[in-house]
Amino acid sequence: MAAVRVEEVLAAAEEREAERRRSVTVEKELELEFDLGNLLALDRNPPAAAAGLRGAGPRREALLRALARDNAQLLVARLWELPAERAGGAGGPVVARLPEPAFRLPREKPPPRPRPPTRWEQFARLKGIRRRKRTSLVWDEQAKEWRRRWGYRRAGGDPARAWLAEVPAGAHPEEDQFARLRREKRERVARNELNRLRNLARAHRAGPAAPLHPTGHQSREELGRAARVARLSTASLGRFQPRLPKEPPELPSRGGAGRKRRFEPLLGNLEAERSRQLELLRDMGSKKPALDITRAVNKQMRQEDAKAAAAKGKKQSQRGKRWRRQQRVGRSGKRSGARRQQQQQHRPAGSSSGDGKRKKA
Amino acid sequence: RPKTKRAKRFLEKREPKLKENTKTAMLIKGGNANLTVTEVLKDIYAVKKPFAVLYKKKNITRPFEDQTSLEFFSKKSDCSLFLFGSHNKKRPNNLIIGRMFDYHVLDMIELGIENFVSLKDVKNSKCPEGTKPMLIFAGDMFDVSEEYRRLKSLLIDFFRGPSVPSIRLAGLEYVLHFTAVGGKIYMRSYKVLLKKSGCKIPRIELEEMGPSLDLVMRRTHLASDDLYKLSLKEPKALKPKKKKNISHDVFGTTYGRIHMQKQDLGKLQTRKMKGLKKRPAEKSAEDGGVSPKKSKSA
Repeated sequence: MAAVRVEEVLAAAEEREAERRRSVTVEKELELEFDLGNLLALDRNPPAAAAGLRGAGPRREALLRALARDNAQLLVARLWELPAERAGGAGGPVVARLPEPAFRLPREKPPPRPRPPTRWEQFARLKGIRRRKRTSLVWDEQAKEWRRRWGYRRAGGDPARAWLAEVPAGAHPEEDQFARLRREKRERVARNELNRLRNLARAHRAGPAAPLHPTGHQSREELGRAARVARLSTASLGRFQPRLPKEPPELPSRGGAGRKRRFEPLLGNLEAERSRQLELLRDMGSKKPALDITRAVNKQMRQEDAKAAAAKGKKQSQRGKRWRRQQRVGRSGKRSGARRQQQQQHRPAGSSSGDGKRKKA
Repeated sequence: RPKTKRAKRFLEKREPKLKENTKTAMLIKGGNANLTVTEVLKDIYAVKKPFAVLYKKKNITRPFEDQTSLEFFSKKSDCSLFLFGSHNKKRPNNLIIGRMFDYHVLDMIELGIENFVSLKDVKNSKCPEGTKPMLIFAGDMFDVSEEYRRLKSLLIDFFRGPSVPSIRLAGLEYVLHFTAVGGKIYMRSYKVLLKKSGCKIPRIELEEMGPSLDLVMRRTHLASDDLYKLSLKEPKALKPKKKKNISHDVFGTTYGRIHMQKQDLGKLQTRKMKGLKKRPAEKSAEDGGVSPKKSKSA
C-alpha cells in the first residue's frame, strides 16, 4: 500500500513540474541561433501562418505578437542560463555575464596602423633597455612623508625650497645662478618639445600606406602607384610591358642604386669622362685609407649589441614570467644591500686566493 | 595640431582605435520629407538616444546619386550610421538606411514605409531611454537572399547599442522583432513583462509599445565583396590570446601539459621501507672498497 502511495506522490510531483515547465517551453521546428553578446536571436523557421499574415488588421498583429512572444521566451530562457552574479556587493542587482558578441559586424574605421618607433625606442631596442615600472609615490626626506612623484604637492618640487644656488667652481663670480637655472630649464623643455615634434613628423611622414586594391576613392597619385606596382609584377619586372602613348618611358634606376645597371653611352659627355678619370687618379694617390676604421668598428659594435639584446630578450621570455619577477625582486629588494656587502667581503678573500693559484701555474 | 587638452581629447575620440566607440546614427530629412517620414525619424531618434543625432533642417540631396554630402555630415558629426527620409510621387515614404566605413558609404538600402504606428499613438507605458534592446529576426528570407542578409546586418548594427560585458537581468525590457514574410519586413517593438512561472526562468508576456513599421525593400547600394571583407577585418591584438599547453576535449574537460626534464628513476624519492635500507657494510662493498672516511695522517 505504502509503495503505491509513494509512486503516486512522485508521479503527481512530476506532473506539477512538467506543468510549470510548460509555461516557459516553446516548440519550434528548427532551433534558433543565438548571439547572446548582442542579445540577438535568429529564427530560421518560415513563418507558419503565412496566409494569415498577408491580410492586414488586428489578426496579423496578434499572429506577429505570438511569434514574437515565443522567440523572446526562448531568448530570455537562454539569457537566464548564463552565469549570474551580484554586481556591486551583496545588495546589488543580479547581473548576467555576457559572452563576446559573435556576429561579425563591419568596423567603423580601419584598424589603427602601428606608428614608427621614436628615436629613443629604437635606441632602447638596440641596447636591450626595458621599461621599469616606477612607483607613483616617493619618500620626501624633508617633509617626512610619502609624496607624489609629480603633480600637486610633489616631493622636492616646492620652489620655496630651492632658496640657495651655489656658484659652481668654473663659473663667472657675478653670474646670476637663479637666472642660469631658469634658462637651462627653459632650454630643456624646448629641446624636449622639439624632439617630440620630430617624432610626430616622422610618424606622419611614414604616411598612410595606400591599399593596392580599388577602394573607390583613391587619389591620382595612389592610382599611379598602384599602376606602377602592377607593371612591375610581371616575370620580366615590367621591361616589356606596352606603354600608353603619352606615358613617359622607363625611368632610370633611382638613386645610385645598381652601379652595374647604369648604361651610359661610351662617347657622350667628354667633360664627365675627364672629371671621372681625374677623380679616380686623385683617390688612388691620396694617403687616406679607403676603409674608415672607426665607422666600421662602431657598426660592428652596434650589430653585436643588437644581437646580444635580442638573445637576452629571447632567453628571458623563454625562462618565463616567474624567473623575470625573481630577477627584478632580487635586484631591487631590501636584501640586495646586505647581499652586496656580503659579495664585497667574499670577493677580496676569493680574489687573493685566485691570484695565488694563477701565479703558481 | 590641437592647442588645448579638450581639443586633443576631441581628436582622440575620433581617431581609429583597437576597440571602437559605439556607432552613432544621423537622422536626416530630405528635400521633401512629409509628416510620416518626419515622425519615423523622430521615433527612431527616441529609440537610439543618446547614440543618434537628429538634424532639424531639410537637406536637398539624393544619396543614391551623390554621396559627398552624406560623407561630409559623417565626418563632421563622427557618425557611421545614417537614416535618410524623403518623399516623392515615384517613391512615397522613402527611408534610406546605411552605414559608413572610414567616412565613405559602405552599404545603403532603400526601404518604403507602408504602415507606421508611432510611439505616441500607442498608449502604453514605455521603457527608459537608452535600454539595450533584444533583437529577433524571424523568417528564412533573412538567410536566403544576399540583400536581406546585408539588411539584417545593417539593422543589427543600427539598433545594437553599446557593447556591454554584463547585463542586469531584470532590465531586459525592450524587444525589437523583425519578420520577413511575403516580400515585406514587419518591424515591431514590444515591452517585456516578466511574469512568475514555477521555475527559475520567468514567463514572458509582451506588450505592444514603440514604433511599428511595415517596410518594403526598394533599391540597394551594397559594398563590393572585398571592401566589405576589408571592413570586417579585426586587428590581431583583439583576438583572445591562446594559452599554450591547455586543451579542451569534447566533454568539457580541461587538459594541461607539463614539460619535465629527464629524470633518473633510480634516484627517485619513494616511500622509506626500513627493511630495504642498505647496511653500511653492503654500501662499502658496492663502492669497491673505498671507505668514505679519510685516513688520518699522523
